[in-house]
Amino acid sequence: MDAPAPDTTSERRGRAAREASSIELRGVRKTFGGSVVALDHVDLEIRAGEFFTLLGPSGCGKTTLLRILAGLEQPDGGELEIGGRDITGTAAHRRSVNTVFQSYALFPHLSVRDNIAFGLRMRGIDRAECNRRVDEMAEFIKIGQLTERRIEQLSGGQQQRVALARALINEPDVLLLDEPLSALDAGLRGELQVELLQTQKRLGMTFVFVTHDQKEAMVMSDRIAVLNEGRIQQVDSPDAVYERPRNRFVARFMGHTNLFACEPDGEGRLRTGLGTLSGCREPGGGCILVRPETLDLQPAGREGENRFPARVVERLYRGAFAEYQVECGDERVTVIASNRGQALFRSGDEATLAVDPDNLVSLED
Amino acid sequence: MSERVAQGFSIRREWGRTTHLLGTIGPGVIWIVLFLVLPSLYLISVAFMTNGPYGLPQMPLTLQSFRELAGFGFLGWSPGNLYTLLRSFWQTLIATGLVILIAYPLAYYISTQPSNRRALMLLIVVVPSWTNQVIRTFGWMNLMAPDTPLSDTAAVFGLIPPQLGLFPSSFAVIVGLVYNFLPFMVLPLYAAFEKMDHDIVAAANDLYATPVRVFRHAVLPQTLPGLMAGTVLVSIPAFGMYVIPELLGGGKSMMLGNLVARQFAEASNWPLGAAAALIMILATLGGLLILRRIGRKLGGGKEVVL
Repeated sequence: MDAPAPDTTSERRGRAAREASSIELRGVRKTFGGSVVALDHVDLEIRAGEFFTLLGPSGCGKTTLLRILAGLEQPDGGELEIGGRDITGTAAHRRSVNTVFQSYALFPHLSVRDNIAFGLRMRGIDRAECNRRVDEMAEFIKIGQLTERRIEQLSGGQQQRVALARALINEPDVLLLDEPLSALDAGLRGELQVELLQTQKRLGMTFVFVTHDQKEAMVMSDRIAVLNEGRIQQVDSPDAVYERPRNRFVARFMGHTNLFACEPDGEGRLRTGLGTLSGCREPGGGCILVRPETLDLQPAGREGENRFPARVVERLYRGAFAEYQVECGDERVTVIASNRGQALFRSGDEATLAVDPDNLVSLED
Repeated sequence: MSERVAQGFSIRREWGRTTHLLGTIGPGVIWIVLFLVLPSLYLISVAFMTNGPYGLPQMPLTLQSFRELAGFGFLGWSPGNLYTLLRSFWQTLIATGLVILIAYPLAYYISTQPSNRRALMLLIVVVPSWTNQVIRTFGWMNLMAPDTPLSDTAAVFGLIPPQLGLFPSSFAVIVGLVYNFLPFMVLPLYAAFEKMDHDIVAAANDLYATPVRVFRHAVLPQTLPGLMAGTVLVSIPAFGMYVIPELLGGGKSMMLGNLVARQFAEASNWPLGAAAALIMILATLGGLLILRRIGRKLGGGKEVVL
């Protein structure tokens, strides 16, 4: 829990960077209308100064969890601590937590300046001081020339920045972001992803980010919690979640998958629909995952350990890589071969599928 | 050749536009001119005429009616008419204020219900107005008469002397006005609440606003068009109301509408009645201008009233 290094921004702003806060949830439950379970006993620890992402499909409970952190929703049970203080029963307007909403939720009857200053005004800070801080924040977030505009005069990207400035100016213990980039087009989204990440690193603030886009989650997060049906499936770093998913749901949600049923043959090898795999690190039974990009497609007739004859069914050429559908043994397999200038296979070609046993992941279910 | 064809087209188009205008707004314009503009002009002229021996207006033009309206009669000055005017103002203000206080939470509550229940609740709000207003007002007379549970309860708490009823009184008039006009506030407010962006309310809450400030900065600006429409729909008819003060008010709680009616019916003084009606119209217009200004101030410079 290192204090964030003093950076140029906070020096320029003449204030010491605040120490970031950790978050702890214990046994948080929430149901809607008595029957719909939104969150089912969630335990979660978020470290101070971390960019933490709640990832899952729509309806998985991630937004409910965020609203509980903000105090906009009361949990049915469980405890919630921020910075070591229990705030389970604290009203939203008394929490040092601010939110960037998916719809931005800017006040349409106020100017950009009054929107950004809103939180400071509500805490009784006088107008001159508010103006000074709004000017600083607007400069920091690159909307310095927009402060006197009306909200409806702004583009989507500009509104997004105003929403971010309006939350950050309060220097909260925790910043919550509810799919803040989902309404923007792809180019702008990529640009703002980078900026958001830089902002978080510069301020050293704890960010809790909600998204359904696993690519966005992997680019931005220090750690990711994958949610499904109100339960946390896995909490890990982006590479761990992708490369070592705990179950089928996480494996499928994070990217393309090949899942095979398997059983050990008692001699350290695994029998699968492809054939018998040897050299596996953990030859347990059940289900194994093979990511398509870890497979290799070689010319027909190569033989050896973990090499199986296969036939190309379909090819999708995508420039940087080619995506093949291959029939091998009893299974249909997806292979992604990155473009290193090798010859392409055509559909109908015979080939050899090479499996690297180091890249097999056995799943819990 | 082609020029003449083009000219023919343009004449035809011109003609088409004229018939289109006549067909769409024509009937409405004729109706308004016949039954609003002409009678209003007649009313204005009557207000400046002399009261004849049989109560009918006659020449010469004079300001006599306005002097009478201000209280100057044969027996010197009396404040009765001015009291009636002031009473109309404050009874309207109190009734409108109470309607707003009741309708805001009610409309909000209805807007948060599942959609099938919403329709039912709105129906319950509206259903009473399907009955004739006079009948409903007679109902209130019976409810608030002496020796009824309501009056007895009020007497127990010392609010009225025992043996007396809650009606006739200004209190009864205000109860009648609130009851009668509640749906006209609930419906526009409900429409505003239904369109409300709840994220903006959450944002205000998230940005340290106390519940009162959340209402002031997030709920009120978003529901202001509904509030203003409702206020216009309630306060203007309430200001000119005749039936309710007539039945529930007794002689002491008369409003402008009763004053006007009396001049045309019993007192046979058309010029005085016309002058009172004219003042009523002007006061209404003045009230609208004030509402417009309040609306602009609350709405951060945007026009929200008519």
